[in-house]
Amino acid sequence: MTKNKTLVELQSATLTRGNHELWRDLDIAITAGEFIAVLGPNGAGKTSLLKVLLGLVPLTDGSVRIDGKPAERGNRQIGYIPQQKNFDATLPIRGRDLVSLGVTGNRYGFGGGHQTARQVNHAIKAVGASRYASQPIGLLSGGEQQRLRIAQALAGQPELLLCDEPLLSLDLTSQGMVTALLDGYRREKNAAIIFVTHEINPVLPYVDRILYFAHGRWVIDTPERVLQSKTLSELYGTQVDVLRIHDRVLVVGAEDEALTEAGAHHSHKGDIRDEH
Amino acid sequence: MNIDLYLTQAFAQHALLAGGLVAIACGLIGPFVVSRGMAFAVHGTSELAFTGAAAGLLVAGSPVLGAFVGALVVATVFGTLGTKERERDSSIGVILAFGLGLGVLFLSYYHGFATQATNILFGNIFGVSTDQLLVLVTVAIGVLVAMGIIYRPLLFASVDPEVAEAKGVPVRTLGIVFLFILALTVTSAAQVVGTLLVLSLAITPAAAAQRLATKPSSITLLSVLFACTASISGILLSLMSGTVKPSIFVTAISFAIYVCARLVGTRPQSIARE
Repeated sequence: MTKNKTLVELQSATLTRGNHELWRDLDIAITAGEFIAVLGPNGAGKTSLLKVLLGLVPLTDGSVRIDGKPAERGNRQIGYIPQQKNFDATLPIRGRDLVSLGVTGNRYGFGGGHQTARQVNHAIKAVGASRYASQPIGLLSGGEQQRLRIAQALAGQPELLLCDEPLLSLDLTSQGMVTALLDGYRREKNAAIIFVTHEINPVLPYVDRILYFAHGRWVIDTPERVLQSKTLSELYGTQVDVLRIHDRVLVVGAEDEALTEAGAHHSHKGDIRDEH
Repeated sequence: MNIDLYLTQAFAQHALLAGGLVAIACGLIGPFVVSRGMAFAVHGTSELAFTGAAAGLLVAGSPVLGAFVGALVVATVFGTLGTKERERDSSIGVILAFGLGLGVLFLSYYHGFATQATNILFGNIFGVSTDQLLVLVTVAIGVLVAMGIIYRPLLFASVDPEVAEAKGVPVRTLGIVFLFILALTVTSAAQVVGTLLVLSLAITPAAAAQRLATKPSSITLLSVLFACTASISGILLSLMSGTVKPSIFVTAISFAIYVCARLVGTRPQSIARE
């Protein structure tokens, strides 16, 4: 087995928003092929972590490197799936245009051509969206839109996938489909996935490590070690119980509804943002 | 009236050329005006061109110069006041009301012929001078080139801002650039065809095109085609009638195209599911 390279490296990373410190002295290294779930209550800085990796938000302190280079906007090694939000029905683009923009949308002037079209078709086929890719995107169901979002993120063959609540407001079948597609890509390309989520259960079978934020503190370890009453109680600074019912995990006592049963997702509407 | 006779006249040729150029520029920006929800911004900038013209008349004796400087000021103000749609619309409303009042004030201090300023509101397509035509040609070419260059990133930023930003597209800057393109287009159009026509050329054709096509490039092409059809045939009909103003024909044709597009539109409005 070849040694996997380090794709993401954060050293003594601290992020402050206004007067509020989101997290401090974050030291993590994520290697190619890893599936990392990021958990924590609203406002803990999960989305902000993705924005730091995308080069959109600078760290207050410390350093962040993507494949050995400082994080910067427009890094082609990164694929990004933003928080699941339905497209407006009147939007003048088709599903395939969304995928295509993910490949060439940052280029000025004309051109693109056949190679792009091939790349786009391949990505659409890989997520099984060929049947409806030529329909206006706003008319597709949430699950169909999310498949195309995945095709958009994967079309550029990224080594690192950043996913922000990609399961939000999806039904159970679609949740399973989304996680399976992402995991399939990870295995095929040895890509790393950083997956911000409220619901650990749909991704638990795939996750290598969990990064858990709460109250400015953080912990990163295997699911078995993080999802312990003792670990989470220390993190939250209050009594938190982790229950296991069959193969599902239930966290009780965290003030957030995080980590609850997958079926409880209806309490999150698509337009509720994690943090700004 | 004999249309052939008119077509040999310079004023008619100028009108057709001006109408065509304005239609091309408006048709090009139209789909973005619609998808970015900026119809009210078009309305605001076109009416505020009157204020700029009045100020230009008073200060420099040139309504054209005033209108263009005014358009740049207006675009800057709109750009800084807010980028979120709802926020933006209310601030445009505020500026629009204040600006029109200011325009009337300027005009009351001006003691020359104010026709030039009021022409901005109602347009005078049969009075297009060679100088104005030159301005229009420049603006139309400028819009064409600028839109060609930023088309893809602007589309990306308009429909999918989060991913566009992550991919390195300067979403906010492009929004402001588009605002300037819009202001220039609308102002030059308003001088020739009037505020009323700007709306029916910058919004209606694009809205009609969206009913008929799903591919972004097809929508843009149809939008330009519809705008040109409405503009050129409106001017021709006006020439033939001799009494009816072109604005009336252009708006009517533009509206008729929109109604037809709604009736025969093949773009699915929903997808049937079992």
